[in-house]
Amino acid sequence: MQDINIKITDRKGVTHDVVAPTDMAMNLMEVVRSYELAEEGTIGVCGGMAMCASCQCYVKSDHQLPEMTDDEDAMLAEAFNVEDNSRLGCQIQMTAAMNGLEVELAPET
Amino acid sequence: MITTDILIIGAGPTGLFTVFEAGLLKLKCHLIDALPQPGGQCSEIYPKKPIYDIPAYPEILAGDLTQKLIEQSKQFEPGFTLGERAETIDRQDDGTFIVMTNKGTKHHSKIVAIAGGLGSFEPRKPLIPNIANFEDKGVEYIIKEPELYRDKKIVISGGGDSALDWAIFLSNVASEVTLIHRRNEFRGALDSVEKVQELKNLGKIRMITPAEVKGILGTEKVTGVAVEKKGEDAFIVDADHFIPLFGLSPKLGPIGNWGLDIEKNAIKVNNSLDYQTNIPGVYAIGDVNTYPGKLKLILCGFHEATLMCQSAYKRIFPDKKYVMKYTTVGGVDGFDGTRKEAPKAVVKAIQ
Repeated sequence: MQDINIKITDRKGVTHDVVAPTDMAMNLMEVVRSYELAEEGTIGVCGGMAMCASCQCYVKSDHQLPEMTDDEDAMLAEAFNVEDNSRLGCQIQMTAAMNGLEVELAPET
Repeated sequence: MITTDILIIGAGPTGLFTVFEAGLLKLKCHLIDALPQPGGQCSEIYPKKPIYDIPAYPEILAGDLTQKLIEQSKQFEPGFTLGERAETIDRQDDGTFIVMTNKGTKHHSKIVAIAGGLGSFEPRKPLIPNIANFEDKGVEYIIKEPELYRDKKIVISGGGDSALDWAIFLSNVASEVTLIHRRNEFRGALDSVEKVQELKNLGKIRMITPAEVKGILGTEKVTGVAVEKKGEDAFIVDADHFIPLFGLSPKLGPIGNWGLDIEKNAIKVNNSLDYQTNIPGVYAIGDVNTYPGKLKLILCGFHEATLMCQSAYKRIFPDKKYVMKYTTVGGVDGFDGTRKEAPKAVVKAIQ
């Protein structure tokens, strides 16, 4: 298993190049928390169950992302600031296919 | 005024277990929670989800864990102030505290234990520019008094259980119910979804999907909402009340202004000793606190609650001797007169 490189733009507009492991079953929300790119308590509130949308992000690169589950789709239907490229970070697993991923965190609500 | 030994703010798993540990020390507890039921996130967000890291439970549903914690602490007769948010704290000259809720309920306590998790659950408010001007003037995020809507025109927005359930309920109370959601699909119990379909077919609920409320009309109070269907011009729906139901999200809220040391949206505590905050007599336990190496786990909250109760006892009875006793040895004497104890071995000669 290899580490991958991803670009995360935080809520202040600053872009960070980060390295994420692919062998720890981490998702994008957890990567953001591990690098403290969003204030604790404002991201991953539900812990990663697709039940709060606090990890909403906009996907800027054209990666083939895992298909949305019904839970993620329904949560985004009730979230705010949703765009066509919105996804929940907690539902994007760090795999080799995500190398080079570019995302921007949605505003805190 | 409610009086107690330990006032626990937050009735989640950590708060509920505190009642048991305090009870072993003969300290009485009272809990305040913004939600109408105990259990915190476990009952509000994920009651049907399994948890796998509660010691001795290979798997337990969050809702069942809550029920078992309530059962375990019941003998110590905790008091509850539910559906109210702890708002202010006043330290008295004798070192005790008076905590008042948003509804004015006062609690006098020797010790305050903040077990508030990620904060109190507040409704998520849609991003409509003038919405704040209409709060309690036709915009309600929580339905408290259904009779308010009798023979009125109601617009509900949201796509989850509460939007569905209230649309069903109010269809028998209000003169008109309109349900607006960004999708054609709703996430709710199958029964609720089917019932809304039936009421729609009967003309008792008007559905506008996929659409969003983009604006609120009115001067003194709500008279209508501007609705936008994707790719179409906005149109007006007459309404006396607009009820956005987009779920709840936790906010640290007024506790953040109590003069406590806050770091990363959590309360700093002394974890080498007793989880006390910078205010003597005020403790913070469970997900709401932070210290080097902190993990937001229920099992860590249980440990923190246990140590905190020992410290609370010493603070209340500085000169009274006590050593921790195993429940297996000492049994458990409830405040309700019940006693649990290990069965005594029989001593009898064998002939």
